Amino acid sequence: MELVEALAEALARASTILPEEVVRALRQARDREEGPARVQLEAILKNVEMAKAGRLPICQDTGTPTFFVRFGVDFPRLRELMAAIPEAVRQTTKAVPLRPNTVHPFTGKNPGDNTGRYIPAVTWEPVLGDSVEIHVLPKGGGSENCCALRMLAPGVGLGGIKEAVVEHVVGCGGLPCPPTVVGVGIGGGADLALKLGKIALLRRLGEPHPEPEVAALEKELFELINASGVGPMGLGGKTTVLAVHVEYAHRHPASLPLGIVIQCWAHRRASVRIARDGAVEIVQ
Amino acid sequence: MEKILTTPIPEAEARSLRAGDVFYLSGLLITARDEAHKKTLERGAPIPLEGLAIFHCGPVVQKGDGGWKVVAAGPTTSARMELFEADFLRRFKPRVIVGKGGMGEKTLQALAEVGAVYAHFTGGAGVLAAQAIKRVREVHWLEELGIPEAIWVFEVEKFGPLVVAMDSHGRSLYKELSTQVEKNMETIRARIRGK
Repeated sequence: MELVEALAEALARASTILPEEVVRALRQARDREEGPARVQLEAILKNVEMAKAGRLPICQDTGTPTFFVRFGVDFPRLRELMAAIPEAVRQTTKAVPLRPNTVHPFTGKNPGDNTGRYIPAVTWEPVLGDSVEIHVLPKGGGSENCCALRMLAPGVGLGGIKEAVVEHVVGCGGLPCPPTVVGVGIGGGADLALKLGKIALLRRLGEPHPEPEVAALEKELFELINASGVGPMGLGGKTTVLAVHVEYAHRHPASLPLGIVIQCWAHRRASVRIARDGAVEIVQ
Repeated sequence: MEKILTTPIPEAEARSLRAGDVFYLSGLLITARDEAHKKTLERGAPIPLEGLAIFHCGPVVQKGDGGWKVVAAGPTTSARMELFEADFLRRFKPRVIVGKGGMGEKTLQALAEVGAVYAHFTGGAGVLAAQAIKRVREVHWLEELGIPEAIWVFEVEKFGPLVVAMDSHGRSLYKELSTQVEKNMETIRARIRGK
């Protein structure tokens, strides 16, 4: 399979098929909710099934196409990959179709193919090896508008982090289309904290962080936010978040950056793995 | 029994809806986002809107041989339209505003004055919405505003489920819930600080 074809297929799958573990989490949420909250989750699950059956976008906001590339420094086809990413976006925009979502901030012009200056947004991370792993994360505007950066005083400690995350996520109410998935990035700098929050979303839903202290924070934040009662779509209920994922980087002694990234219930993602010999695998 | 409202909806019927009610909509559903609200207030509505339903939505559409086909059409965040909605309601008298996330005090006040409701449709459920849209009757200002912001006139059948989140009697589920959430937050803060 050609690179463009593989990437286009991954973006199409991400836009139309919700990963199985996300569907499972939504079903579990439906089973414990009642009233308007249950009505919301039933509508969501019905929508997810219809989208999959018809290969249609799960949500009309098909998002900003965002890619995270972990490339082996000895992978031989990097030049080709660079060009393949925007080309795959153009093709998928037409084929699925996706909503043209790139607008020039000064002129308001929309090129109509989901590309533009710096878009698709691609994060390149070099790793040792000769294969490449590309994550696709189409993320809608409603949940992206609810992302936040807090530059905390280091003295507030872990308690301060917990309070800031819970206050922010609960304060967003129904705006980011709960039940959401929250990615929290701690440390690094202002930009890195937010980037880590996004990278945290690439992990399989609900898979705890390998380090026990981090996993414990994830679990505690999950329980605290769900005790708020915001519920599905902000209409009240037990399920405000499906999962909280945390990533961290070392920080400057004077800084405690906290990046809070919120992803809507339509936690769409897919990955492409390409071996040196060209063997392609698409996973969700 | 499922409740189905058909446009044009009489004022009395809109006033009979109460916060928490679930209903479905048949008839005409008109999309309007930020720009459409702004332009409509400036130059008038391209079609009479009294008794109809307004939908905060930028759809995914595809043009085929038989005209426009709606692929996905869930609601967008309604809060952005708070700038315009009260004036819009008073002037054009739609009976239902469909969106997600809720609206503010000014809109709540206008809903009571005009006799209309704000109904919540599940955010992101774009395909579920699209299957209830049977036909695109017309589209206005497409050239000028682009696909997401244009005014799309949809013929819908049993569009929903819609939850009445703000009614014409001053009740807002969002306002009521936020009082409850604030109370829960006091306990949550104590839990964090106590550890």
